[in-house]
Amino acid sequence: MRHDHLITSKQLTRGDIETILDRAAEIDADPSAVADRHTNTLLGLLFFEPSTRTKMSFETAMKRLGGDVVDMGSVESSSVKKGETLADTVRVIEGYTDALVLRHPKQGAAKMASEYVDVPLLNAGDGAGHHPTQTMLDLYTIRENAGLDDLTIGIMGDLKYGRTVHSLAHALTNFDVRQHFVSPESLRLPREVVYDLHQADDGAGIREHESLEEILPELDVLYVTRIQRERFPDEQEYQKVAGEYQIGPETLEAAGDDLTIMHPLPRVDEIDPAIDETDHAAYFDQAHNGVPVRMALLDLLLSDDGATDRIGGAADE
Amino acid sequence: MSDTHDHHDGDDDHELRVSKIRSGTVIDHVRGGQALNVLAILGIDGSEGEEVSVGMNVPSDRLARKDIVKVEGRELSQDEVDVLSLIAPDATINIVRDYEVIEKHRVEPPEIVAGVLSCPNAGCITTSGEPVSSRFEVLEDGVRCDYCGTIVRDEIAGLIDT
Ligand SMILES: [Zn+2]
Repeated sequence: MRHDHLITSKQLTRGDIETILDRAAEIDADPSAVADRHTNTLLGLLFFEPSTRTKMSFETAMKRLGGDVVDMGSVESSSVKKGETLADTVRVIEGYTDALVLRHPKQGAAKMASEYVDVPLLNAGDGAGHHPTQTMLDLYTIRENAGLDDLTIGIMGDLKYGRTVHSLAHALTNFDVRQHFVSPESLRLPREVVYDLHQADDGAGIREHESLEEILPELDVLYVTRIQRERFPDEQEYQKVAGEYQIGPETLEAAGDDLTIMHPLPRVDEIDPAIDETDHAAYFDQAHNGVPVRMALLDLLLSDDGATDRIGGAADE
Repeated sequence: MSDTHDHHDGDDDHELRVSKIRSGTVIDHVRGGQALNVLAILGIDGSEGEEVSVGMNVPSDRLARKDIVKVEGRELSQDEVDVLSLIAPDATINIVRDYEVIEKHRVEPPEIVAGVLSCPNAGCITTSGEPVSSRFEVLEDGVRCDYCGTIVRDEIAGLIDT
């Protein structure tokens, strides 16, 4: 059964993921080949929460495929302010467009919205829930830099609230990847996510740590996320942990020469700018990869020439 | 422990502590302390004049301590039995007519419970005034919101939407 919507990385099999990444690589290699592939296609951007980058990345992707976007605008200026439900909003905008991208502060919003529409809906982040297109560009970057099999990856920072981390970790269970989760005790992975990972992978490839030192030398990839000050009850608690999860040149002395460092951005002080110019830094490439990956996703979901079936094969969730 | 006791009605002595009913449902082998939650699921609070007998923490061969709920004049719907099974997975349902048990069966957890429990996650779309009813997947040891993924293990009775 083919996928009509992209709600969570959990719905994707290894085959689906490879199809998406391969298509993104084709597009990346020759973007002009798809420049008029989706002319007259309109993508609706429904961002109930600001996210300039994700929104611009989708906008760029659609335009590079020859299509265009219509934008709901800010929540303040829309009918949402008047109390319209999300279910109504998506049903109205569906009538204008060929596909929808939804970012919403509530968990499960994309799943619910997808139950009301027939056009493909892509989840661009639902609260603390899922962010599957970010996951696809993360996987694309990992594959380019280190491959996706026989890989040891460290995922570090705020693992509790980081939806990008939850999505990525789940997607990685499709591959031969050992995952090490590094965080302060208070920001560990939610038990629900651990439950899922164990279900998907028998838990064999999952380890949790409080300190990066223990595992840094083994890592092929280190995925860093931001630890937000506001997550901590008091400043002192924050200061206690903050320094331990920052990457500087001295941190990397213990790392392998081929270590790839990633970050979904924006960063604050998790990664010293001195790392930027080294071969370790992949985070700007990672951000740029958002466009070909989203082009691939839109192409696969919008095509009725059989391309869509290539993302199929998996049981829908 | 073997099921043989069931068939011999080995708990009968203890059941006498609560009165026999004429017609209705006896929910037996409810986990000790869950009887009031069973009543909550059935929407029974006594205000409608329902005739109900409750035995709590009665000695039982199978559960050590069990609760029994007897409801006069009412047979349970499948929906009610489904939700009941979440908090009383060992329960037996006895349908009584004219003082005779005419039907006796064990509850079986459903795969999905829809529209009955409300999600405890304040960030969940199902609690946000949208026209969507809740849906939970039933796990071996709890339930999980289909929308936000929240897992509830111990406090399921507290989620009952009444
Ligand atoms: Zn929920």
